[in-house]
Amino acid sequence: MSETAEVRADTQFEFITFSAGGQNYCLEITQIREIRRWTPVTALPHTPADVLGVMNLRGAVIPIFDLAARFGLGATPANERNVVIVAAMDGTTIGLLVESVSEILSVEKSAIQETPDIKSEATRHSILGMISVDDTMVRVVNLEAVLDAGKGVSL
Amino acid sequence: MSGNSIRDTFFEECEELLEALVEGLALLEEAPDEMDTINAVFRSVHSIKGGAGAFGLDRLVNFAHAFETVLDKVRDKELHIDEKMMSLAHRSGDQLQDLVSSARDDSPLNEEAESGLIKELESYLGGKSVVEDFSFDALTLDFDGPAVVVDIDEGAGGARSFNIKFKPTRALYENGHEPLLIFDALAELGDLSVTADLSGLPDFDSFDPNDAVIAWELTLLTTETETTLHEVFEFVEGLCELDVNVEDAPQGISPQASAVTAPTVEVDIPFDDVPATENPGTPAQVSPADAGGGKASSANSKESRGPKPTLRVDLDRVDRLINTVGELIINQAMISQRIEELDLPTVAHLTNELEAYKLLARDIQEGVMAIRAQPVKPLFQRMSRIVREASDATGKKAKLVTVGDSTEVDKTVIERLADPLTHMIRNAVDHGLEKPEVRETEGKDSTGTIRLSAAHRSGSVFIEISDDGAGLNREKILEKAVEKHLVPKDAELSDPEIDNLLFLPGFSTAGQVSNLSGRGVGMDVVKNAVQALGGRVSITSMQGKGTTFTIVLPLTLAVMDGFVISVADQTMVIPISSILETIRPNVRDIHMVGTDSHVVSVRGSYVPIVDVAGSLGLHSGDNSGGTGILLLVSTELQGLTALRVTAIHDQRQVVIKSLESNYAAIPGVSAATILGDGKIALILDPEEIINLGHSAGPDLFSQPPKTELSHV
Repeated sequence: MSETAEVRADTQFEFITFSAGGQNYCLEITQIREIRRWTPVTALPHTPADVLGVMNLRGAVIPIFDLAARFGLGATPANERNVVIVAAMDGTTIGLLVESVSEILSVEKSAIQETPDIKSEATRHSILGMISVDDTMVRVVNLEAVLDAGKGVSL
Repeated sequence: MSGNSIRDTFFEECEELLEALVEGLALLEEAPDEMDTINAVFRSVHSIKGGAGAFGLDRLVNFAHAFETVLDKVRDKELHIDEKMMSLAHRSGDQLQDLVSSARDDSPLNEEAESGLIKELESYLGGKSVVEDFSFDALTLDFDGPAVVVDIDEGAGGARSFNIKFKPTRALYENGHEPLLIFDALAELGDLSVTADLSGLPDFDSFDPNDAVIAWELTLLTTETETTLHEVFEFVEGLCELDVNVEDAPQGISPQASAVTAPTVEVDIPFDDVPATENPGTPAQVSPADAGGGKASSANSKESRGPKPTLRVDLDRVDRLINTVGELIINQAMISQRIEELDLPTVAHLTNELEAYKLLARDIQEGVMAIRAQPVKPLFQRMSRIVREASDATGKKAKLVTVGDSTEVDKTVIERLADPLTHMIRNAVDHGLEKPEVRETEGKDSTGTIRLSAAHRSGSVFIEISDDGAGLNREKILEKAVEKHLVPKDAELSDPEIDNLLFLPGFSTAGQVSNLSGRGVGMDVVKNAVQALGGRVSITSMQGKGTTFTIVLPLTLAVMDGFVISVADQTMVIPISSILETIRPNVRDIHMVGTDSHVVSVRGSYVPIVDVAGSLGLHSGDNSGGTGILLLVSTELQGLTALRVTAIHDQRQVVIKSLESNYAAIPGVSAATILGDGKIALILDPEEIINLGHSAGPDLFSQPPKTELSHV
């Protein structure tokens, strides 16, 4: 969280935007390690539906989450364009399955709006803010929330 | 910072010296008159004292000095080693160890024991106070380079003349030694004359500046002993031919060579850094002469017992290397698979090279693993102290016999095994052995024997702790277990089952809580510690003959031999070590019990079947039984169980990758690995799988205890 706050101090931010579950999301570029083509993963037993399994990333075993499913938007349908965004935070590396990656977005700090007061606490927690691009709205994913939820999983 | 690192080095060396000390004392136990051993013990204590002096660790110095003085008397045959002396030496060794660790960690230490021991040591010196007439000579400490070590040896009466033949080998120069420095050191001992023997010098054309051809003849007139003289050559021992002859009558010294000059001066060859060389034609003569030289000097024989040259490396570096090599193995497997998939016509060359690559990769891996492997000897040696302390505390007589202490085990295993072993050794003395009187009435030697052995067997390390005591009192164990509500009153248990009750949490058989063991932290903690290392522990006991605990551990924690199996469309790996046999069952051997349980009849006995896919919550296409392959595993808690999997594909070595580092632990899965196709396969934990399969029913063993191992 503090890392995010620090970066906030600068005025210019870069995000990578992508779509998951039909909605537009983005992640700050510093959190993203790489973007990979979807390859079949090894399923894990006793895990919730949004944990697709684990993948081999150059010798490291990383868990892959279906971001749409994690946000309660239903499982991402298999598609050629599906990609895995490999993101890292605090020494933990995870992969997020999304429908497609769109572009790099460079915005001023002021362009990021607070998440409005919406009903669902879970939704508010998983989204840091919103950016309006042209006519569409892009949600800033709170990677920490995704990670926390991932770690908490047990039988 | 650098001061600290020197200090660290000193303590590291202390560890080694203390090991050598304990080892020496153990040898003395068997052969009390062996001069070499006494010398080795003396040297260890002496070196510790020297180092401690340099760091101003006065307490350590004082104690080491008292100890050393007694040992010196033994060395001079003024004192004889008897049982009492031996025990004192052991206790002094222990105390020295405590002092070293207290100096290192800055921890307080019981002074009473120390002063008591010093008094005891002094009593051997005829009441003369040792500490007073001792002054520390800082010159005796020199960690590197040839040094004059002024020993406590009494010098021989008058000056004697030594004839020294010194012929360095190439290795001497390669190791950075310089004969001139050695000559300088010798010159400090007395009058020295040096003659260079250039007869081995080849023609200029065949001259190799890196070779060693010059030999020297030295005459030294000195009052020092031969031992002191050998100490000058201590660092080049084995790197040169050395022959020392004593002529008691002092001899006139030829004056023309009394000044020592650099070897190059006498050689008329325009290389400045020409080390002396060895005639390429003569190496065959070196080894026999070397051996002869070794026999000729007494100092040589004691040095041959010294440790092999070693290298201290940061553990992180080794671990990084191990990880990378793991990647290499996976990468190699992937390449092989890809090439196979290409289905190239007649690619014999490629296949051969690929095979060679595979072998090389395997070699590298084994080599790297060997770096982490360490002999269990230091661990075992520590146990001799535990036995001593335990037998003192309980009033029982016990001795420790270690077998196979050169067996090498992964460093982590050694570290994490120390606590469980200590606990088990204490138990063996406290609960296992009988009191001396009882032993005598039963016709046993009044001194009990604790046997600690290590061996490699079929890819695992077996460590056995056995005592020759009374054996387990099964009635008492059962009674206790019932009393503590660990088993139902009317339970009918077989002998091995009763033995295994010992591993239950909170079990303790000692009638009363003794000083040593029996504080409610029991064998269950040992068992957990061993299981955390991927091993298992078992117990056998013979009434009146003793009890044996066997710990079976994997050789390394980084790779494992496993069966590649498939379970409900998924490829998984199961450790071979846990599998007793594989069965392709006949449909009529499988019987249904109740509504959804199956058993298989294996040679007349019925073994429950656990469906792996079911246990893992995976969708299994066919759950009706009859198909698949059964893997017979034996676990401590559930006994024989058959695991049903869909198929077995391969048997191979897999690199273990943690799941927990990026995700959470998953029940039934111990880790993951990467297969040849780059995909991840989960490594199953059979015991967990069985527990999951049984978890529906009440199970009195299923709560894993989380107690920390804390015995004292």
